[in-house]
Parts: sequence; C-alpha cells; structure tokens
Amino acid sequence: MKGDAIMSQSVGQPKLSWFQRSERWQMFTASPLVVTSAIWLLFIVLVALLAPALVAERANLQDLMSRFYAPFQFGKGLEFILGGDSLGRPILLQLAMGAQTSMIIAVFAVGISSAIGYAIGLVAGYFGGWVDNALLRIADILHTIPSILLALVVLFILQPSVFNVIIVLGITRIPVYLRTARAQTVEIKERTFVEVARSMGASHWRIITQEIAPLVFPTIRTLAVLEIAMVILAASSLTFLGIGLQRPDVDWGMMVADGKTYLKSAWFVAVFPGVVIVLTALSASILSNWLRAVEDPTQNILFARKPKARKGASQ
Amino acid sequence: MLAFIRGRLLSGLLTVFGVVVLVFFLARLTGSPIDLFFPEGATPAQLDSFSRAYGLDRPLIEQFWVFLSNAVRGDFGMSVWQQRPALQAALSEMPATLLLTLIAMTVSVVIAVILGTVAAAFRFRLVDRVITIVTLITGSIPAFWFALVSILIFAIVYRLVPTSGAGNWQSWILPVATVSLGPIGVLTQVTRGAMIEVLSSGFVRNARARGFGSTRILYRHALRNAALPIIAVAGDIAASMVNGAVIVSVVFAFPGIGKAIIGAVLARDFPVLQACIVVVGVAVILLNLIIDLIYVVVDPRVRLS
Repeated sequence: MKGDAIMSQSVGQPKLSWFQRSERWQMFTASPLVVTSAIWLLFIVLVALLAPALVAERANLQDLMSRFYAPFQFGKGLEFILGGDSLGRPILLQLAMGAQTSMIIAVFAVGISSAIGYAIGLVAGYFGGWVDNALLRIADILHTIPSILLALVVLFILQPSVFNVIIVLGITRIPVYLRTARAQTVEIKERTFVEVARSMGASHWRIITQEIAPLVFPTIRTLAVLEIAMVILAASSLTFLGIGLQRPDVDWGMMVADGKTYLKSAWFVAVFPGVVIVLTALSASILSNWLRAVEDPTQNILFARKPKARKGASQ
Repeated sequence: MLAFIRGRLLSGLLTVFGVVVLVFFLARLTGSPIDLFFPEGATPAQLDSFSRAYGLDRPLIEQFWVFLSNAVRGDFGMSVWQQRPALQAALSEMPATLLLTLIAMTVSVVIAVILGTVAAAFRFRLVDRVITIVTLITGSIPAFWFALVSILIFAIVYRLVPTSGAGNWQSWILPVATVSLGPIGVLTQVTRGAMIEVLSSGFVRNARARGFGSTRILYRHALRNAALPIIAVAGDIAASMVNGAVIVSVVFAFPGIGKAIIGAVLARDFPVLQACIVVVGVAVILLNLIIDLIYVVVDPRVRLS
C-alpha cells in the first residue's frame, strides 16, 4: 500500500536526510494510533505548562457544596465536568495541576537517569575491567531490591517532595540505561570501523563520543521514551502510597489515593486520575514502540510493516 | 554445572552483602540514626541511653562492623513498636508474600506463554496486533488503580469477591490479578519475540519439511527453545512482584511483607524496615537462584559447559 510504495522507493536510493525525514513523517502519519499518542502527550505537556498560571487558584478552591459533585453534568460549568472531589475541588482542574507535577517528575527523572546511565554505560563498556564489573554489580544490587521498597526507604529518610521523588527515581532507573548502553558498546567496540579509527590514532574520548555513542543513542532514546511511561507509573505508585508528595503539591497518584476511601459512594474521584495515568503512560509506550519500529524495520513489532515478499518464503 | 552454581551462589552472597551495606549507609545518610529509630517526642535521656546502648557514639567503621556482625546473625535490633525482634516481624509476613508471588508467577507465565505463542503463530495478523496492543495497555495500567477499579467492579458492583482480607480463595483472585498484570504484558512480549525467532530457525523449517503438524512444531520444537528467554526474564520480574505485594497489602489489606513494610514506614520503625529490605533482597536472590537452576536443567548447553 502507501507505506510499501515508500519502502520500495527508498531501497537502492542514496539516503538523503530530508528524504529520510519525510519518510519518517510518512511513517508517523500512517498510523492513527501514533498520531493520537503524540497529540495526547503534547496536550498533557501544554496543560502542565499552562495550568499553574491559569487555574491554580480555582483548582484548589474548596467548596463543600460541590463535594462529590457528580461528573458529566453541566450545572456547575465546564470545570466540574469530571465532578468534584472530597473537598469540593473540581477534579478536572486538579488533574491539570497534577499534570504539571507528573510531567516535571517524568522529564527530570528520565533526563537524569538516561544521561548518567548512557555516559557510564559507554565508558564502562568501552574500557571494561574491574570498574565495569563493579558497576554491573551495583546495577545488579539496585535491580535486586524492588524499586518501590528502595524509594520507600529513601523517602522515609529524606522528606517527601517533588525534588526527592525525582532524585530517587532518577537514581533507581539508571541501571536500565547502563546495562543497555554497556551491552551495545561492548558489541560495537569490536567492529572494524572502531578498529580503523583506533589505528588512525583517534583518542579513546573521540572513539567513544564520535564512533560509538551515535550508534548507541537511538536505543537510549527509544528506551527513554518508554521510561517516561515507567516513571509516571512508579511516581504515581509512590504518591499513591502517600510517601512521594505532600499537599499542596498534587499528582495523579495522590488523587487516586484521595478517592480510595470513597470508592463506594463516589467512584469517579479515584477513577478519572487513573484513566489519565493510563492514557499518558500508554501514549509514551506506543511512541516508544513506534520509534523502535522506525529505527529497526526488521524488528517485528506493532508498527513494522508486513514483510510481504518474505512472508511466503518463511511459511 | 557445579562451577556455574557456585558462581551464582557467590554472586548472590555478594549482592546480599551489597544490600546490607546499602541499608546501613542509607540509615546513616541523614547523620544521626537516632532520629530514625525514635519517634518524635522522645526525651533527651532516652536518646542518650539508646545512643550508648547501640554504640552510636562509636566511629562509623566500628558501627558498621557491629551492624554487619549482628546482621549475619540475623539480628537487626528490636522493633520500635512491636515487642519482638525486627527480623521476626519481617519473616512472619513472608509466607503470605511467597505464596502470592508463587501463584502470581505461575499465573502470569501460563497466560503469557499462551498469548505470546498465539501472537507468534499468527504474527502480523489481527490476533497478533490485538494481543500486542492489549499488552501495551495492561503495561500502562498502574497496579494500584487496577486494584481499585477491580474492587469497584467485582466486589462493590457485582459482589463476586470480597473487598479485602485473605480469608477464602475468592479473596486471592483480585490480589493475584493485580500482581500479575504487569508481568503478563512483559512476559507475553518476550514469549512472542522468542517464539518468532525460534519459528524462523533452521530446525523448525526442517521439522516443517518433514511434515510435522503446526501444533506439534509449536509445542514440541519451538516452545522448548523459546523457554530460555522466558525463564531469564521471569527472574527479573521476581523483584517487581514485591512492588505488587506492597500495593496489594495497601489496597486489599492483604497480609504479606508489603503490610510489614508499610506498617514500618507509617510507624517510623526503621529496624523493621531494614530487616524487610534484607529479607526481600535474600528472597529475590534465592528466587533468581532457583530460576537459574531451572535454566540449567532446561538448557543442556549450560549444564554441560
């Protein structure tokens, strides 16, 4: 179909960057699922940026008359379309405020862990030796302790705050990138072009940054997008357990926790924030999945095109 | 094979040691651990006698040595709130967690292998896409929210299962589902990937050429080889099951290590929290060791090398 035409067109042609980019754009628009996910994530980011300035006051306005105001009614205006919570605050606006917290945590935690994991993974994989072994061992230890447990202990000692949640998640998610970057580096450094670079007198620094890093980067980027989903889920678990944040900070996990007690009488207080978490995490997962398909078309995943020519041969 | 097991045991011991070190230094991060061990409002005299009794006025290295030698003997101090040793408080909750983890692991492996195999067998068809999308969705659902919504639907609206506790077998359904939800998605994708790889390999094509039926090829030839990556990932998932156990204990008031952990956090009972981490760490490492042994049994290459 349309996608296959582009595919066959690209075979044998020199890969010009503008062409490649347009091909990516075609692959992007070809899947409504990917477009929807991207739009949703953009929307959440926009809300996160704008909400504090626009609705902060009205979001935190407590009004006992709107306590557990039922959703999908227009009596109190659009801001109560998702109902009111246990203190009469409009759930829709609380969600908007929560978007800011969740996005800040996700962006910074993923930024910290990916940057550190990527850098250490490259260096450890390239040089090997006992430092590499020690780092792997530490990554193993971090892996052995369940992430919630580790975060519980650290937040038990430190105070619950957005900053500390970022630090905890930023550190505990490092091994994910470290292992991946290291494994790829170990494999790539044996390839001929690295040997060529070395024989031409390139320094270690140059080989790592110019020869190896660009090849590892796409995997790290894909992983980072997936980790946005993981961090959103992990952070909301912590705040749900009541150890991540304290009011007036609010995030989606906290809102679910608020609604936990009123499940029987006011289901929507707990349900809507969860729906937003699911949609956001799902969007990030879909985008990550799609990125993987773009980078490596042979990977047989959701958005990879059907290899029509080979299908008959393999079956 | 003995060397393999010995290697794994050694690395497991090293990891346990690492966990203990981590626990010790986490406690000392804030400076005086007295603030951690004691709830707010303790008198200075109490703090002083505690400090001397536990050697907290000694140098850090000496304190670490004392902590280590006590930890080796299973002594993590007394629980601040419950009148019993911290280790006992942690261990008494383990059986329920182990049972829950075992059931959830079995359930998720069985479901994931079925889904992943079906997806691989019908790759690129509608079934495959639906299974992939469904696993993406289940992977995006936070366990705590899934637990609450399942209570809302199955316990409150339809009254099929109790909302909390662990009295009868019905009360295990929702907790097991909550803990299995994430792992099922991950394991399904791993199974699918492994099966696709195996199905395109030479010996499967050979089996097909010899005229074996699809079902026989799937189960006799492919699944056995695809089992290796599945077993490997199952080990990684063991740790994440404890995360689920914590959530389950909060939402369903389900017994288990999660209850002890949350209780320790709420009561600021640091000795119990320390003991819990070490117990969970040891349990996860033992579980990984068992999984490694299964790996050895399944894969002759490891067994013979």
